[in-house]
Amino acid sequence: ISFIPYLFKRFQNFLPFPGRIERFTFYLLDYNLCFDKQVVYMAVVGSFPFNSFLSGVLSCIGTAVLAVCLRIQVNKDNKEFKDVAPERAFADFILCNLVLHLVIMNFLG
Amino acid sequence: MPPQTMSAKTDATIGVNGTAKSTSNQAPPPMALPANLKSDLLNKLSLKSFKLKTKQQELLLRVSILFLVYVLAFITRLFSVLRYESMIHEFDPYFNYRTTLFLTEKGFYEFWNWFDYESWYPLGRIVGGTLYPGLMVTAALIYWGLRFLRFAVHIREVCVLTAPFFASNTTLVAYFFGKEIWDSSAGLVAAALIAICPGYISRSVAGSYDNEGVAIFALLLTFYLFVKAVNTGSLTWSLASAFGYFYMVSAWGGYVFIINLIPLYVLVLLITGRYSVRLYIAYNCMYVLGMLLAMQIRFVGFQHVQSGEHMAAMGVFFLMQVFYFLDWVKYLLSDKRLFETFLRITVTTTVGLAAVALGVGTASGYISPWTGRFYSLLDPTYAKDHIPIIASVSEHQPTAWSSFMFDFHILLFLFPAGLYFCFKRLTDATIFIVMYGLTSMYFAGVMVRLILVATPAVCLISAIAVSATVKNLAQLLRTKSKVTQGGSSKAASGSKASSKALLDQSQPFQRNGAIALLLGVFYLLSKYATHCTWVTSEAYSSPSIVLAARGAHGNKVIFDDYREAYFWLQQNTPTDAKVMSWWDYGYQITAMANRTVIVDNNTWNNTHIATVGRAMSSYEDEAYEIMRELDVGYVLVVFGGVTGYSSDDINKFLWMVRIGGGVFPVIKEPDYLVNGEYRVDKGAAPKMLNCLMYKLCYYRFGELMTEYGKPPGFDRARGVEIGNKDIKLEHLEEAFTTSNWIVRIYKVKPPNNRW
Repeated sequence: ISFIPYLFKRFQNFLPFPGRIERFTFYLLDYNLCFDKQVVYMAVVGSFPFNSFLSGVLSCIGTAVLAVCLRIQVNKDNKEFKDVAPERAFADFILCNLVLHLVIMNFLG
Repeated sequence: MPPQTMSAKTDATIGVNGTAKSTSNQAPPPMALPANLKSDLLNKLSLKSFKLKTKQQELLLRVSILFLVYVLAFITRLFSVLRYESMIHEFDPYFNYRTTLFLTEKGFYEFWNWFDYESWYPLGRIVGGTLYPGLMVTAALIYWGLRFLRFAVHIREVCVLTAPFFASNTTLVAYFFGKEIWDSSAGLVAAALIAICPGYISRSVAGSYDNEGVAIFALLLTFYLFVKAVNTGSLTWSLASAFGYFYMVSAWGGYVFIINLIPLYVLVLLITGRYSVRLYIAYNCMYVLGMLLAMQIRFVGFQHVQSGEHMAAMGVFFLMQVFYFLDWVKYLLSDKRLFETFLRITVTTTVGLAAVALGVGTASGYISPWTGRFYSLLDPTYAKDHIPIIASVSEHQPTAWSSFMFDFHILLFLFPAGLYFCFKRLTDATIFIVMYGLTSMYFAGVMVRLILVATPAVCLISAIAVSATVKNLAQLLRTKSKVTQGGSSKAASGSKASSKALLDQSQPFQRNGAIALLLGVFYLLSKYATHCTWVTSEAYSSPSIVLAARGAHGNKVIFDDYREAYFWLQQNTPTDAKVMSWWDYGYQITAMANRTVIVDNNTWNNTHIATVGRAMSSYEDEAYEIMRELDVGYVLVVFGGVTGYSSDDINKFLWMVRIGGGVFPVIKEPDYLVNGEYRVDKGAAPKMLNCLMYKLCYYRFGELMTEYGKPPGFDRARGVEIGNKDIKLEHLEEAFTTSNWIVRIYKVKPPNNRW
């Protein structure tokens, strides 16, 4: 149990990431909040148009996951992605997001 | 197998020899002269005369091999088109053809929202929501594309040739997949093997316009794109694999195999410690996007979040997040002991939470349990006791060894050899193909139909075995020949060749052994090709709707009775007439005769089928009541007694009894058997001799002489003389019997006037 404050201290040491990466953390936290709001709403109101609920929830999860993937690919500490230009990673991210949102819009019903 | 590098190596040594000759002042060694002559001859014969470099020679060879394999895959499936005519085979393809026709005539919106009132009278069928549209949309797109290019094709031609076209595309995908797993030569062998493998041909001949023809292409494509995504870790490949998965979901119900195999594969990678961020990116992107895309198909709907069969994928998704989190924590913490305690706590809490969630979901009924179709794969005895309809389909029986040998031939023993090679070089990709091979072989053993799913895996793994073996053997040959030609220029070849020369000279028979083994491999492969072509020609190219036999003088006799009967129905019955028959023929009747049927091959309503089964197995009076309730106008039965055709309704009759008896306890199977034996002759059970099916099949048969030297009424399919020859029908009258008595149609008479 005592390692939790230890973890916190280490995390604070690592928080000042190079500028772009830091923005990711907040981007992801924001989406997390959005997702929680949707789940609470569904719990209160009931999930009648189930496809709308699913599409909203999955859009949150989907964009969060894609952001994580982009972050992995852009992070310079990752040895496996040395030869992938960050522009290419960003372009992939945009493409996947485009497809995701098109499908979501079709699914909203 | 690829000998192209041999000529290149020869050229290199000759070049070296030439320079050695020009720079040294010694007399040319006696070995160089005949070598020079030989090199001139080789130069003329080899591709060097085209002034191509080695890489380009290799590319040309590869492209030409692939092109030949592509064409081969297409033309080997055209036997039935050449022998009979270009028509749709079997039963299920007729429904697909009818829906494609509807799609091309009315457009996509009408198709997507189509309610079909011509089948399952009086219930109807929501076609838009209960079919997999991939095949129809593909054929329609090809049709519209050809029409746009001003080719005036009929949609039927496109439908007939869709499956061979996609089989050719599958060979291309197999090449790329083999290249990804092993190397390009294994890919070439895989493409060649899968082009003619009978396991695949059986469901993709020209005319077999069924979901599997397109689905196997989509399956292999999805797997290839996913393995590529895991290998490269790029988002575009994962997106492509999600699209491949979407195509597979739209094409076939067997997509459940993908959505369970890929999570299982990811789990195996995680357990064997091969977690990497590439895997994380590939699986996450594919799962989320694939799931969303799959839910666009109405037939699948919300199953990805609600059905027990899809829960494995979701579980592995959450597990991946946990692994990522743990990885990140390990990166932060530098103390190993602390991390291990953290790991233990996290793992126990996660597993506990997952088990609780799964338990709550299943218990409350929110997560539906495994459906019967897929549960019977895990427990093969389940269907026989509980769901007779699934047990009755002949394709769902367990596979015999002879079927394996028939469909795979030498691939059957190349498969373990390939597994050995895969285990020698374990990468993410080879682990995948091993898992695919093993799981699909298990399922192929449970159900004959699933040999089709195992075929690509078996072909790929066998290709690895063949390619690796031939490569090793050819290398043995090459080192020997290189030593004999480069022996005069030791200085240029370096120490490597000299050490190899020492090694090889110690085993002089090694070269002969290698040649013998290579010849053996080529003999086996040629035998495989012969077997495959023979199997395709004899066993898998028959359109079941047209039967062929040898006449008394050896000439070919064609029985076109089915189509004769359907066209009679179309031209001689009122357009709103309802036809009752066993569910096997439902699709064909609606497609060709254009009449409403009571039950068809979709078999979605067991009670309705049981009602028909009950009508067929009851006495004529009870059956007449049921038929009046269902508004039946005509009854169609298939009878093989005159021609010796053995898949007729009398042979299927016991299944009608079982299915009917499963819902209506009035029908008891022992009533129709004598001492547990199924008979139609004099010693048959009285209920059997007087039931509706018996009467309709054998009406007026007692007067017919079928075979020389046998009494009239001799049933050639059962080989006995029938028991009840004097049949009188009270409520039905004979409307039509085809020329070989195969299809018989009866009209249901309206009730008698009261006086």
